[in-house]
Amino acid sequence: MAAGVAAWLPFARAAAIGWMPVANLPMPVAPTEKNKRQDELIILNVSGRRFETWRNTLDRFPDTLLGSSEKEFFYNEETKEYFFDRDPDVFRNVLNFYRTGKLHYPRYECISSYEEELAFFGIISEIIGDCCYEEFKDRKRENAERLMDDQEDNKDAKLPNMTFRETMWRAFENPHTSTMALVFYYVTGFFIAVSVITNVVETVPCGSSPNQKEVPCGVRYTVAFFCMDTACVMIFTVEYLMRLFAAPSRYRFMRSVMSIIDVVAILPYYIGLVMTDNEDVSGAFVTLRVFRVFRIFKFSRHSQGLRILGYTLKSCASELGFLLFSLTMAIIIFATVMFYAEKGSSSSKFTSIPASFWYTIVTMTTLGYGDMVPKTIAGKIFGSICSLSGVLVIALPVPVIVSNFSRIYHQNQRADKRRAQKVQKARLARIRISKEGSSNAFLHSKRNGLFNEALEFTQLPYKMNLSNQSSTEEEQRLTKSTSLLESQHHHLLHCLEKTTNHEFVDEQYYQQSYLEAGLQNYPSRSPSLSSQDGVTGTCCTRRSKKHHTPLPNASGPAHMQPLTHAHTHQQGLQELSTIHIQPLTTSRSSLNMRVDEPASMNCQSSQITTAIISIPTPPVTTPEGDAHLPAGPIHQNVVKVSAL
Amino acid sequence: SFPPSFPPHPCFLCFPLTDSCDGDLELSMVRHQPEGLDQLQAQTQFTRKELQSLYRGFKNECPSGLVDEETFKTIYSQFFPQGDATTYAHFLFNAFDMDRSGSIRFEDFVIGLSVLLRGSVTEKLRWAFNLYDINKDGYITKEEMMAIMTSIYDMMGRYTLPSVRDDSPYEHVEKFFQKMDRNRDGVVTIDEFIETCQKDENIMASMQLFENVI
Repeated sequence: MAAGVAAWLPFARAAAIGWMPVANLPMPVAPTEKNKRQDELIILNVSGRRFETWRNTLDRFPDTLLGSSEKEFFYNEETKEYFFDRDPDVFRNVLNFYRTGKLHYPRYECISSYEEELAFFGIISEIIGDCCYEEFKDRKRENAERLMDDQEDNKDAKLPNMTFRETMWRAFENPHTSTMALVFYYVTGFFIAVSVITNVVETVPCGSSPNQKEVPCGVRYTVAFFCMDTACVMIFTVEYLMRLFAAPSRYRFMRSVMSIIDVVAILPYYIGLVMTDNEDVSGAFVTLRVFRVFRIFKFSRHSQGLRILGYTLKSCASELGFLLFSLTMAIIIFATVMFYAEKGSSSSKFTSIPASFWYTIVTMTTLGYGDMVPKTIAGKIFGSICSLSGVLVIALPVPVIVSNFSRIYHQNQRADKRRAQKVQKARLARIRISKEGSSNAFLHSKRNGLFNEALEFTQLPYKMNLSNQSSTEEEQRLTKSTSLLESQHHHLLHCLEKTTNHEFVDEQYYQQSYLEAGLQNYPSRSPSLSSQDGVTGTCCTRRSKKHHTPLPNASGPAHMQPLTHAHTHQQGLQELSTIHIQPLTTSRSSLNMRVDEPASMNCQSSQITTAIISIPTPPVTTPEGDAHLPAGPIHQNVVKVSAL
Repeated sequence: SFPPSFPPHPCFLCFPLTDSCDGDLELSMVRHQPEGLDQLQAQTQFTRKELQSLYRGFKNECPSGLVDEETFKTIYSQFFPQGDATTYAHFLFNAFDMDRSGSIRFEDFVIGLSVLLRGSVTEKLRWAFNLYDINKDGYITKEEMMAIMTSIYDMMGRYTLPSVRDDSPYEHVEKFFQKMDRNRDGVVTIDEFIETCQKDENIMASMQLFENVI
């Protein structure tokens, strides 16, 4: 129940008088206020600053420090005020929470001091209102990350029991862990650079001997380059194998992008080794050497920026796709137009539409090589339109990609979006739970039998062992666990139950009973009403084929007190016999003594009956039967009883 | 308007790009001040302190001093989280809003409460009759009672034991009419109502239930 509306509870209770004339059952007794006192001002002295408020204001949230009796520990007898040795600035927010029902988080406040104050006063931080919650969560996350960063620097100290494999993996992933890792890092980096430079220099024409034409260095110093290449590939192979060995999940490692790049970088060499001196394949072999350039991608292990770039491109896939698609469309359109425009002119380079593609691309990207130039007037007009539109088409998606990159780059330090979603879910779940608390509280208190006082209202000599022995305990529990507000609210809900002669149950229980009732195809019996009307006719079902568990007190609330458990017929025939008691949950298994009462079923067909039996009320076996059965609600654990 | 005109008007950048305000002035919140404490004390059976405490609660939830129907429904629904209390809240609202102004002022609130908590049994019964009589014509018809009963059962929600059947309200109404409608003319008048209720012990007992709510 929200804070503000607690003040309207008296109104809601008074309005309940509107139910009275239509109710057919007597109402439960209202909870009495033991020490009813006028609302008074109380003074809260927080480190010298005095706050005053009504006592009722604080009572709105009984599960916090100020709302419960816990504040009595801080009561100062001499000055007649409650003294708290805490921060008065933060306390202002706490007190406003009681007043308005909304908790706010001020920006200037330090997040951890605020959280400490909330924890002290027993307020969960999820209650922070939507207006301030974003800010709060952001600050909290930043703080947590900062702490984590600090921890990570210390974390790099070697944990004592790491296996050699784990050590190796850590060394590979984070070069700063040890000197060896750093050395390894730089060595591999050096060799990647060497390999790339070798590939490049291989093709440079070296000085030629006078009677031979220029040859590239690769051909001139074949052996040297071959040795270089071999050395690099050996290093890369060893590195790859070591990584493969150290990886915690080999399969996942082999699927990762970096390892594929590694493989692609070294494979051409081996293929080349295998396929030497084979004329046919040498052409293919040359092509394979192109793949050696992929070694440059190995640098991405060494560069964070490169990785981010790759990640950006991956995440901007849709924008890139759009760019590509729109460019393709424009190219085809303009190429077609140019082709037909230039068809007339002689010696035109626009020999076909695909040939015009080249012109269109060069023009749209404003390169303008000039190898293909339109000659007709129409061609020139369309050519200029083409170049203008090219600027537009390319300029549009590019800023999107750029901003994506910038965003991802900045976000790189923050937690995942997925983690944030989980937190949001957790927050909503906690708030929902604390709100549901009110409706569940009613059901809980019912189940805990705190309505024994209702028994006073009935004429029932139901004062059994139960009530006598535990009434005092119940009372104590009552005062301890539920506040006056709660008990008044529960009383209100109880009156509504009485008015309609139905009871609130929780969802779980309802689903279960619904399911179990649905499983039976037989019409079920309502054993209760039968007693006064004779046995046989009413033994079997009176209710139509509805799929819910009939309760003894379900039908006909008018003509008799509702019964909460099956009772004996006047003829002494037990309606439920050979009962198999199937508890719904294990907690409800302390069962009914009905099993030991033999009787024979008096129904035409063997049907499965279910009845809700309240326990541990003993079965009334007296001939008076039904009239004196408790008219209260099911106040203890209820058990589904199934009879065969 | 979009797309902006071409060439763009130089004042394009000066004026905000919003739709033209159609002059929908938002009425600022009207503050209603209740009558003085003395008058209210005279009109109701509450003491000064009780009135003060009531007003504080009232004003906290409705700073403008008036409760409109939506707010009322929201507040009332919070007490019945399992079901849907809005229909019954609507009837209750009409019972409190005696001058049919569409909002409950503090005076209406407090006068209603005074009847409910401090009034005589006859006054309370009259109040209940007024609640059931939706069109305030002095007769409770079966349709009116049916509406009221359905709204009460709606408050129970889905998860009840036994399940609220579709004809539960109807049965209940039938029983009510059987009890109250003496001359079997299909409507219940105020006299029939009061007379029957006075004869029923349960009802008389329950009327005293909320004596010390405030």
